[in-house]
Amino acid sequence: MSDSVISAEGLSKKFVIGVQAQQDALLREAVTRGARTLVRRGVDLLKGRSERPSRTEEFWALRDINFDIKRGELVSIVGRNGAGKSTLLKVLSRITEPTEGRVTINGRVNSLLEVGTGFHPELTGRENIFLNGAILGMSRQEMRRQFDEIVEFSGVSKFIDTPVKRYSVGMYVRLAFAVAAHVEAEILVIDEVLAVGDTEFQARCLNRMSEVAGSGRTVLFVSHNFAAVSALTRRSIVLEGGRLIFDGPVDAALAHYTSTLVKSGPDRHWGHGKSSSLISAELVDSEGMPTERFVPGTPLRLRVVLEASGMRGMSLEAILRDQNNLPVGFYSSAVFNQVPLPAEAGRYECLLSLDAFQLAAGEYGIDLQTYFTNVIVDHRVDSAVRFSVDTCSPDGIAFNFRQDYGVGPLAMKLSGPLEFVRIGSVGVPDDLQLAPRTS
Amino acid sequence: MSASDRPFSTSVVLEAGRADRQYWQDLWRYRELLLILAWRDVSVRYKQTVVGIAWAFIRPFLTTVVFTVVFGHLAKVQADTPIPYALVVIGGLLPWTLFASVLGDASNSVISNGNLISKVYFPRLIVPLATMLVALIDFAISLSILAGLMVWYGFVPGWQILLLPAFVALALLASLGPAIWVAAIVVKYRDFRFVVPFVLQFGLYVSPVGFPSSVVPERWRLLYNLNPMVGIIDGFRWCIAGGESPLYWPGFLLSLGVVIFFLWLGISTFRRVERGFADMI
Repeated sequence: MSDSVISAEGLSKKFVIGVQAQQDALLREAVTRGARTLVRRGVDLLKGRSERPSRTEEFWALRDINFDIKRGELVSIVGRNGAGKSTLLKVLSRITEPTEGRVTINGRVNSLLEVGTGFHPELTGRENIFLNGAILGMSRQEMRRQFDEIVEFSGVSKFIDTPVKRYSVGMYVRLAFAVAAHVEAEILVIDEVLAVGDTEFQARCLNRMSEVAGSGRTVLFVSHNFAAVSALTRRSIVLEGGRLIFDGPVDAALAHYTSTLVKSGPDRHWGHGKSSSLISAELVDSEGMPTERFVPGTPLRLRVVLEASGMRGMSLEAILRDQNNLPVGFYSSAVFNQVPLPAEAGRYECLLSLDAFQLAAGEYGIDLQTYFTNVIVDHRVDSAVRFSVDTCSPDGIAFNFRQDYGVGPLAMKLSGPLEFVRIGSVGVPDDLQLAPRTS
Repeated sequence: MSASDRPFSTSVVLEAGRADRQYWQDLWRYRELLLILAWRDVSVRYKQTVVGIAWAFIRPFLTTVVFTVVFGHLAKVQADTPIPYALVVIGGLLPWTLFASVLGDASNSVISNGNLISKVYFPRLIVPLATMLVALIDFAISLSILAGLMVWYGFVPGWQILLLPAFVALALLASLGPAIWVAAIVVKYRDFRFVVPFVLQFGLYVSPVGFPSSVVPERWRLLYNLNPMVGIIDGFRWCIAGGESPLYWPGFLLSLGVVIFFLWLGISTFRRVERGFADMI
């Protein structure tokens, strides 16, 4: 047997979206549309016209993916939302089948695409362990052998005979993860299950994952958690728009990944809202030239082009997101500044200049949306603008504060001088240390 | 634990439209999941109920009483039945209830287990098969009504009663065919969620549940057997009453043919579309 456990050749997956997928939801519509198509085809045939193109749109979630994973390798898959990561995992775990190409898998695959798959709220913790284990492909003997360990790992042994519907979210997640973490598989496919639970439990999970990884099993791991990716895996596959754009060591892959965030600009179709449409948006420098770099401490300038229908009470809003796609800042023209969209229909351009912040070095995105004040989003464009910060050195120090340090995307600046005032000596009992300061 | 003693250790090739040669082996390997899903459905069903699994007894029992009164005493169709009418009714009601609960539950099973199907691989046939097991358990419980009635009437069945399991299996197959066919297409065409309850309601009256099929005029008898439940219910009554309720063989064979056709249709349709379930649910 060769050493390769997963090998993908020209793997592609197509989804059909748009008109057909939506309309055929009811049999009646499929039938009437089928009849209509038949009549039209007949007419076309009589008139000697060639067939009209169908009104469906194809979407390639994966396109020509090739890779080869050896036994015992630890591989992470990174990419933005919609890059095809989840689809790839679904194909590898046999949930959905590829449209083209092939994958050869040698060994038992267990996929954890979600914690607690199949958990039933009415069943007790004990019952759910057996149910969930069976769903994840554990045999009964395997389960009996591991049961005590699972319960201990989860830390919910006191409530093991209580229906899980009475569990807190934290307990539920712990139990679910405990089962998942004890699945014995040769190939483990994991999708972002670490994004749950409290920090202490996450650390325990990470530990367990590296134990699993160290035991010679092959692990495929998808995560937005960069610390976890680089701690757990050596090799990384980067997906972008359904294509494999990088396959190599983790560090190089992460660098590559962050660089793609900038390149993929607003070259896609933005669509439109009911009463307004965002047309385009870009980051501009102080001269008004488009740029992809932001210098911390200078104003963040966005040039936005939009169409307003004249509807009153609408707001232009921006949501700043860090490289983990977490929201870190918000602006609303109508709410913050009582500046709604113009009451006269037309196409408008505006320069949105936001106050200086000390953004950490790294990648950022801005979602734009138009909003009926406090009611409903009219038109929303995720990641309308993407930009990066090369260096962040608040107060000009020779130190680059980066987002991937994991302490947040903002460097906080002092509003006044910082000074340490001595209030006692080392080793003095607590109650004395708490005495009022004398200086 | 070495890789070799793991039952799942195997090599697979995933490719578009590839007829999976290991499908039936996989189905066998996942038999534990089948049992556990059935166990889940049974134990969840009667949680927070007072009488619990006794419901599986109460419902068919009350139906038997009502049908016996309505058909046997009010409508007086029992003219030529030599055995107690309640036994005629239970002989029709048992297979019909089995059929109806398999068809009703299994046809919805793929959708109601959508969360599993979109997250984990297993042969999808497991899902309707598990609901079939659940219906079978209810059926086993309601068999006690039959036993009770026999004791009540002091009725001793002939050797034919030994063939009852064969007809139970047949009733299962008869319901499984249409059930998995509907389960497969309802994923895309949700209309069938409304069609099935209607068919079942309708079917209760066109099948000889409350009356013996001998009341159907002789020249329509063969046509009547196009309804597969006719042959099966006749078979049940034959097992219970033996020679007193003779089997109509041409009709039975026709019913059998219809059962096989639906089974073929169901399995082939299900196998064809199941690979797309995760994309459609």
